[in-house]
Amino acid sequence: MTSPDYTKISQGIVYDPRNGIDGEIRDIWILDGRVVDPPADPSVRASKTIDASGLVVMPGGIDMHCHIAGPKVNVARKMRPEEKRRGEQMPRTNITHSGSMGSVPSTFATGYKYAALGYTTAFDAAIPPIAARHAHEEFEDTPCIDKGFYVLMGNNHYVMQSLMNNEPHKLKAFIAWLLTSTKGFAPKLVNPGGVEVWKSKQAGNVSGLDTKVDHFGVTPRQIICGVAQAAAELALPHPVHIHCNNLGMPGNWETTLETMRALNGYRGHITHIQFHSYGGGNGDENTFNSKVIPLVEYVNSHPNITVDVGQVLFGETTSMTGDGPLGYFLSKVYGGKWFSSDTEMESGCGITPIKYRNKSLVHALQWAIGLEWYLLVKDPWQVVMSTDHPNGGSFLAYPQIIRFLMDKTYRRDVLKTCPPAILERSTLWEIDREYTLNEIAIITRAGPARILGLNNKGHLGAGADADITIYTPHENKEVMFEMPRVVIKSGRVLVEQGDIRETLIGKTLHVQPSYDLDVETDIQEWFEKYYSISWRNYPVDLSYLYESCVIPTRRGS
Amino acid sequence: MTSGSTQAHAPTPTIPGELKVIHDATCTFCGCVCDDIELTVKDDHIIEAKRACALGKSWFLNHSVEDRPSCTIDGNPASLEQGYDRAAQILTNGKYPICYGLSDSPCEAQRVAVSIVDWINGTIDTTTSVCHGPSGMAFQGVGEVTCSLGEVANRGDMILFWGSNPAESHPRHFTKYSLMPKGMFLPNGRKDRTCVIVDVRRTKSAKAADIFIQIKPKKDFEALWTLRALAKGIELDPDLVHRETGVEFSVWSDLMDRMKACKFGVIFFGMGLTMTRGKHVNSEALLALTRDMNAHTRFVAKPNRGHGNVTGADNVVSWRTGYPFGVNHARGYPRFNPGEYTTSDTLANREADCAMMIACDPMANFSQPAREHLATIPYIALDTKETPTTRSAAVAFAVATYGINTGGTVYRMDDVPIPLRPAFASPHPSDYDVLTAIEVRVKKILGIT
Ligand code: SF4
Ligand SMILES: [Zn+2]
Repeated sequence: MTSPDYTKISQGIVYDPRNGIDGEIRDIWILDGRVVDPPADPSVRASKTIDASGLVVMPGGIDMHCHIAGPKVNVARKMRPEEKRRGEQMPRTNITHSGSMGSVPSTFATGYKYAALGYTTAFDAAIPPIAARHAHEEFEDTPCIDKGFYVLMGNNHYVMQSLMNNEPHKLKAFIAWLLTSTKGFAPKLVNPGGVEVWKSKQAGNVSGLDTKVDHFGVTPRQIICGVAQAAAELALPHPVHIHCNNLGMPGNWETTLETMRALNGYRGHITHIQFHSYGGGNGDENTFNSKVIPLVEYVNSHPNITVDVGQVLFGETTSMTGDGPLGYFLSKVYGGKWFSSDTEMESGCGITPIKYRNKSLVHALQWAIGLEWYLLVKDPWQVVMSTDHPNGGSFLAYPQIIRFLMDKTYRRDVLKTCPPAILERSTLWEIDREYTLNEIAIITRAGPARILGLNNKGHLGAGADADITIYTPHENKEVMFEMPRVVIKSGRVLVEQGDIRETLIGKTLHVQPSYDLDVETDIQEWFEKYYSISWRNYPVDLSYLYESCVIPTRRGS
Repeated sequence: MTSGSTQAHAPTPTIPGELKVIHDATCTFCGCVCDDIELTVKDDHIIEAKRACALGKSWFLNHSVEDRPSCTIDGNPASLEQGYDRAAQILTNGKYPICYGLSDSPCEAQRVAVSIVDWINGTIDTTTSVCHGPSGMAFQGVGEVTCSLGEVANRGDMILFWGSNPAESHPRHFTKYSLMPKGMFLPNGRKDRTCVIVDVRRTKSAKAADIFIQIKPKKDFEALWTLRALAKGIELDPDLVHRETGVEFSVWSDLMDRMKACKFGVIFFGMGLTMTRGKHVNSEALLALTRDMNAHTRFVAKPNRGHGNVTGADNVVSWRTGYPFGVNHARGYPRFNPGEYTTSDTLANREADCAMMIACDPMANFSQPAREHLATIPYIALDTKETPTTRSAAVAFAVATYGINTGGTVYRMDDVPIPLRPAFASPHPSDYDVLTAIEVRVKKILGIT
């Protein structure tokens, strides 16, 4: 009898917060792509042993909010040839395809770069449902990581119509139908209601949670509350992912607080909250300041709410958003090229190049506000690392953010290069907190896995996917995290010290909640009246997913 | 790394002599990519194509399986295996291999073509470079304000066509998307819309217009700048405007008043704009005008793309390389330079030393110097039909027709991806099959795992 083909990661310093392991020396056993209990028979030997003594072992990183696939990302690639000529080039090798970088890397480059950074799962945060097929096609060309996407529905006509007619059962069935048809992962609200107003009039938008959306007569508050409730009843693994109204506007913190209240105690995730935590008024830059404190107080006392940060880094990047009116606003601020696209019945999109400068008070404040969020949220399980790639900066900046969080001297050194007025307008200088490695493991893997309802990810207990990153400890945490020693995906060694050893395509994570099929007739009738494609050509079938992985609902079905 | 491994859907089996109906089939004949066609199939013929326009009908109904070998080498029948081997040898022997065409293949096949080019450090280019390449470059200069075609149907109350003749090039454009539909906010359909057509000649489409504006040939740029100035409230000399554009100033100012007063304006533009004097500055002016109009009301623009899946080609090449067309991999990584890496240039400059032509006919359409050079280099051609290009190819593959014999995905001109529902099987392989087989051999020759 041949013994099973085990791989063992031996004697690493393991950080596995979900299982309460905080820097203990352990062996990790892997079989068929999963973490398993050590074999009961002590004489069983692993066929492959990775010596991790003196090295730090963590689950693979999970990026729960980035923009890596689909129409918006691809338009940004096309639109910015100028930034790809300078900077890093990605030649092909005998096992990898070539690619291009810039702020919006090509698909293959994206997959390799995530893997080389020790990230093994990533979620695109904003796919228009009608373009779901496109996102899946790109996913198949984005290797080395597992992927999923959130489905834009905060301005969907059927959603607003069901709320207007007070038909919550239709709303619930529609959300489930839409997620199933697109093979998506979670409902996403982007400037709920505001994008519809943008489509209907010049510089249109909603101003706050209680502005009525033309034609539908519903408010952003109703959309947020209605979708959160429906998602809770469907027991979705990640119920609702919210990009609040008024992103980037001075004084928008009140809208953000109202959004949290509008959840009525239902679970909800507020994304890139840095962009939504501003004081000041009437677009007046002179009054712009941090309002993290009142918001964080609310988060600290409401465990139903989680956030990711959307950290800004200094440098050039591309802003891309499903928030059409925001794209218009930013293009006027920065004066560069502007792309906007409205999608029938569903969503909008805005893209423009931007540059964050440390000498700009507003930009420096945005940077500081992001860090305040990480450092002021008490329970690290409620806050997740993100740059809203590429909006605040690239995902490649995560190691630098880790250093900001673990090293207050470094943080303050950078703060000193910013305009001094920043000290009165944010509390960052006074914060002494430094993250531990265990806390870093929470905000980059264990936490997002829990928030996303992924039971097999973000930990190293038996049954977990064998997505594992091994780091060489270093005083400078940026150095430690930017080039992992070994990256393992589904039990296979993909990267060693920055070099790709092997590639795979990765799974697509999606949901399939059950729903009242009778409502489908109503959806079809609406669809056939207004869409420009045929009803039967809308749903994405399984042939578009290289490897499908259905994540069960929180009820376990 | 495998690429494009999504399995293309095979047609449902046909029972000899019995009628089979395919609902919601997709026509790939023009950029409208109508996906509501009902095909009736008998054996290996489509005998009816409900809802298709005249062009679509002839595309479907005249399709018959060509009785010729699936593969020829130097004009002589050969086995597919021999063809694949020879193709891989040609591509790996070259120092400057190029691949061109792609706009009449599904995305699944396009992805494999880009893979091959990457492995052989070649240059990939699509027919975009000879039709809407200038709009692509204009887009890289100013961006674009646009929307999906359903938005036009539901909201567009002012529709302009500029240098575009959809009545002939996109026959169902008016009825399906832009003029006739009763939309959510336009319950009376055509009556709720104003249609303006700007062109240098009175085309067949002109009949559909409420206002037809005939400008002087090669004066699109001047006309567009007149409108830009009017949008910004800049004073103009009416006589000069008349002289330059060939149209009375009052016509332009009246048009601008209407444009400002509409709720959702749409400008469709065609090769009449992108391929006349000025090329990408014309497109740039049009995109900039659209952008400017958003200071007054909502306005969008959209190129009326031609070939069935040219938009898919733009997307696939972009997501894999970062650039939409004219991409060179000689240094091992993608570089973009239209005018240098575009096929008409790599041929006319005698740089390319081998080629792969996918569903395109440069031997019929390209400039004399380009054709002459192509005739001197070994190349592979994939096409559903015999063409001057397939006739002179070192290796020619007769391939099945996408959307009729094979499945896959195409992108409509507004970037909406649509699946294909094939009608009946072909004895010929699909372009996806051929390219995949070539890729396997190329990788083997180059020692790529
Ligand atoms: S309009 Fe174009 S896509 Fe539609 S049926 Fe006619 S040729 Fe085919
Ligand atoms: Zn985002």
